[in-house]
Amino acid sequence: MSLAKDKALRFARQYKLQWEKAQDAWVLLYPEGLIKLTESAGEILKRIDGQCSATDIINSLQAAFPGADLQQDVTDFLEHAHDKGWIITD
Amino acid sequence: MTKAGLSPTDSIKPPLWVNAEITYKCPLHCVFCYNPLNYASTFDKELTTEEWLKALREARELGAVQLGISGGEPLMRDDAEVIVAEASKMGYYVNLLTSGIGLTEKRIAAFKAGGLDQIQLSFQDSTKEMNDFLSSTRTFDLKLKVARLIKQYDYPMVLNVVLHRLNIDHIEQILEMAEEMQADHVELANSQYYAWAFKNREHLMPSREQLEHAEAVCNQFRARLGNKMKLYFVVPDYYQDRPKACMNGWGTVFLNIAPDGLALPCHEARMLPGLEFPNLRDHEVRSIWYESEAFNAYRGDGWMKEPCRSCDEKDKDFGGCRCQAFMLTGDARNADPVCSKSPHHSVVTDQVALAQQPRRPDDEVRPLIIFRDDGNSRRLS
Ligand code: SF4
Ligand code: SF4
Repeated sequence: MSLAKDKALRFARQYKLQWEKAQDAWVLLYPEGLIKLTESAGEILKRIDGQCSATDIINSLQAAFPGADLQQDVTDFLEHAHDKGWIITD
Repeated sequence: MTKAGLSPTDSIKPPLWVNAEITYKCPLHCVFCYNPLNYASTFDKELTTEEWLKALREARELGAVQLGISGGEPLMRDDAEVIVAEASKMGYYVNLLTSGIGLTEKRIAAFKAGGLDQIQLSFQDSTKEMNDFLSSTRTFDLKLKVARLIKQYDYPMVLNVVLHRLNIDHIEQILEMAEEMQADHVELANSQYYAWAFKNREHLMPSREQLEHAEAVCNQFRARLGNKMKLYFVVPDYYQDRPKACMNGWGTVFLNIAPDGLALPCHEARMLPGLEFPNLRDHEVRSIWYESEAFNAYRGDGWMKEPCRSCDEKDKDFGGCRCQAFMLTGDARNADPVCSKSPHHSVVTDQVALAQQPRRPDDEVRPLIIFRDDGNSRRLS
């Protein structure tokens, strides 16, 4: 399933992103479980706010980390997150 | 960063998951109840709201993030809303485990406003007669109403049905009911044999044929409904030849807090002899988790006996369940006898063999069952 690049992204019902001091990481919480995110996954997912699209997120990351070519990695990760049902488009 | 003097050793990871059994009071009398037999002895010792919040705050500071609010029936406490809302503010992902009795619209609205993340509704069976028999009270219609409320407040419908010899043949009706309720997740877990279910074990263990039939029906529903209704089917571990990785290892992620404030590495650990479990009233969660003798007793593998000690699977299942090892072999350090490598494995297979006998009529079995109720609890204490 490919992800529409221009549609606003939000977390699926039941998924919550949260910074966990004890783990020094962003974690994604869901019923009876959690996923500890890598630093880059956290950077991507924390930009999901119900308004930004995949393209917006890529632009925002490009601005925050100039010089790196992030396009493909970010797209892949967002598609992965979408396939997993963590994030959805309206 | 750790505070001087209290620095946890590197090998002990902080708790991630707290299960708060806020009361053992319950209007139901389930024959498979996992509450301790002497649960009634906690009634006059329950933690206050403030004591609960203090314990939850301490656990949260250590890193706990998943929180189950359970019981008993947690709705028997009228401060359940306060506990949920405060815990949610602390940053817990909060899950309420309820039989649904007492979940009025007013209460569910308060839970929603307080940030409750999920509700898990337990069902004893799908037909009114059986449901009333198994939970020994008239609750079935009420639960259907509660199921509608859960949907109305935009929670996914998570249904837990405990299966056993007496209801497993109703699997088709159970799943039809679940479908009618628009359940999103259905967990059909066979009763595990602890506490009340252990007392009633021979009446509750299904035969192999019953299990196969139930699983086949589950698969038909799965094939038809796909992702619309996710089904989980769990067989009794007595039918396996390797034990479950109980609690993911003793004292590694899970902290259970009993109504009277006892801190336990699992729901059932209270039964283990020779361990003094610390109370949240007297100790901070930090010292309980990292320093108490009870929480360190079965950490790692230093405590193991053979065959676990030299087994190449010990990192997978941690030797299984300490409580089951104790109940069935008399020594918690033995391998969980569900394991086919255990020299005590026959206590499990003998029980399974017994379960293959033809089913006795319900009215013959009924008087033999020990229901979970306050009178029986006091008698068995
Ligand atoms: S298993 Fe049944 S009796 Fe036991 S606490 Fe749950 S609802 Fe109550
Ligand atoms: S012998 Fe012990 S560690 Fe090995 S598989 Fe059996 S229970 Fe697990």
